[in-house]
Amino acid sequence: MKIAVCIKQVPSTNEVHMDPVTNTIIRDGKQSVTNPFDTYALEQAVQIKDHLGGEVIALSMGIPATERLLRDATSRGADRSLLLSDRSFAGADTLATSYTLSLGIRELGGVDLILCGKMAVDGDTAQIGPELAEQLGLPHVTDVLAIDAIDEQTVLCRKATDNGYQRLKVTLPALLTVVKDLNMPRMSSLPGILYSLDSPFESKTAADLSADPARIGLNGSPTQVVRTYVPQRIREAIVLEGDESQLAEDILNIYSEVI
Amino acid sequence: MTGLKIHQDKCVGCGLCVKTCAADALAIQNKKAVVNEACFLCGMCLDSCPFKAISIEKQAAPKEDLSAYHGIWIYAEQQQGKILQVAYELLGKGQELAKQKGCKLTALLFGNDVANEAQSLIAYGADEVLLCEHPLLDTQIGENYIDLFDQLIQERKPEILLFGATGFGRSIAPRIAARRQTGLTADCTILEIDPVKGLLNQTRPAFGGNLMATIICPNHRPQMATVRPGIMQVQPCDVTHTGEIIRVDYPDQDASKTASIELLEQVIAAHVNTIVDADIIISAGKGIGSQKNMELVKRLAELMGGVVGVSRPLVDIGWSEYQNQVGQTGSTVSPKLLITFGISGAIQHLAGIGGAKTIIAVNTDPEAPIFSVAHYKVVADCVEILKHMIANLEALPENGLLIEESKDKLS
Repeated sequence: MKIAVCIKQVPSTNEVHMDPVTNTIIRDGKQSVTNPFDTYALEQAVQIKDHLGGEVIALSMGIPATERLLRDATSRGADRSLLLSDRSFAGADTLATSYTLSLGIRELGGVDLILCGKMAVDGDTAQIGPELAEQLGLPHVTDVLAIDAIDEQTVLCRKATDNGYQRLKVTLPALLTVVKDLNMPRMSSLPGILYSLDSPFESKTAADLSADPARIGLNGSPTQVVRTYVPQRIREAIVLEGDESQLAEDILNIYSEVI
Repeated sequence: MTGLKIHQDKCVGCGLCVKTCAADALAIQNKKAVVNEACFLCGMCLDSCPFKAISIEKQAAPKEDLSAYHGIWIYAEQQQGKILQVAYELLGKGQELAKQKGCKLTALLFGNDVANEAQSLIAYGADEVLLCEHPLLDTQIGENYIDLFDQLIQERKPEILLFGATGFGRSIAPRIAARRQTGLTADCTILEIDPVKGLLNQTRPAFGGNLMATIICPNHRPQMATVRPGIMQVQPCDVTHTGEIIRVDYPDQDASKTASIELLEQVIAAHVNTIVDADIIISAGKGIGSQKNMELVKRLAELMGGVVGVSRPLVDIGWSEYQNQVGQTGSTVSPKLLITFGISGAIQHLAGIGGAKTIIAVNTDPEAPIFSVAHYKVVADCVEILKHMIANLEALPENGLLIEESKDKLS
């Protein structure tokens, strides 16, 4: 079984604060990490490989420094990695990103299963998985919380829904996005780390992939961010005072008022 | 030329953009900012510059004729034949947008045997309902919906298409957007029509709610967004409002496509009162001190008719389950009343509670960030407050039975 896992580099923190003097946005988070949801996708892929045999490839679109995270993925069980990196990919929204990733999947050839994290913690869109599936013409299932059985042709999985779950039988090839906690991602082992240092790693440009220039990066992105701002926390909380019994009573009074 | 542009006449070399850049793509040379190859056009520096000296230049897209696109569509999602609350919220917002645009508001109702719900969509503001009934629409298998949406969009050309940001909505909307090669904005909390350009301004929280981003889709149609449930206002029901119900055909399906995903079992969780749709949430963080105090939180939630929510650390240390976790990597909640005990308010947690109508926060630390979003601030010992509240509620005559029951459980 050939499994591709999509990995995104995200800032280590989402902290944003306002510079009080200049009134501008300062964003911390220069340290980059693997999007946490993607680590569950990787672990699931490696478990499937351990069970069925085959190959796990870590795939990312990003800046050249993303190589570090892809090598980290090979220290945790991926066999090799492919980075799609080109200045012309910059500024991509989810549509342009999913198109670019679809070229990467096609480049790999013969992929049976694509696993993605449910969403990235910096963008929170949860759109790449379904959009990538559409670009490839494959079926997809989002929010997978368990894989109950898998063979070369089909996967039986459980999908979290808003009020419970569905058990689904999916014909491969297909794309699944996974929620956290469907497994416990392994740590890098020492042999894993040694392997990752020389693990096969390739980086491809837009030209290597014969990408349509009108569908990548900023030019291939229908959406545009016109404004970002720090939400106003102008609320001044009403302070409740008194001893604990008084406070408990006050809280219960508010409860009967608002409910 | 596509790329980041620094306007030399405006740049004063203050270096704020350099500090903001997460990619180390900016530097100051000769008192002006310069951009290097590492730039991936995230746009963070644009907002950091007080002099508006940075812009992103984009190659003009080939103009498609967009004038053929009219009207606002909302997807009226139903589960087991019952229309979801978020559909009425979308109708509420949709009415306002349609009025501004001077266009029709259309609701899409798809399912098997759902026609009797169409009239209520009209009463809540739809001018038109596109109704499609087919056995394949009986269950929420996204694959079976995509061709239908695609065909209707191509035939009828809506200008705007909105979905509730439910699990199902967020699974099918990206697929439809990618099929039509148009933009999609996820999980919007504010929607407005730009008074000048007439475009839909789609505003959503980003970076775990630390930033709000307003996004447009200027050159592609339809303009698509998923909208967070519990945010938009439902407008009053008006049974005199008239509208047309139009039946549409289910498209011919490529049989192999519908066979690729098969529903084996649909399990609806036994207790429907989940934190996502609860009116009252009593939530706890590490500040409650010890695991045994979780029992107090549960008891209070039970007495108040609410459910228990927790912050991530409590799930990590095993005091509670993931389904109770509130926040960015848990659930986003929008109850009428949220009472937090011992939650300091990490930014990832605050990202999940923005929709709560009333927040009462109890914490010993008067500087806890939770107080910056709370309506009522209580600086006190959580356990004492919990015990007093429980005692007060148990003393109420109507709770006598509950006490008897719990005594039974204890004995």
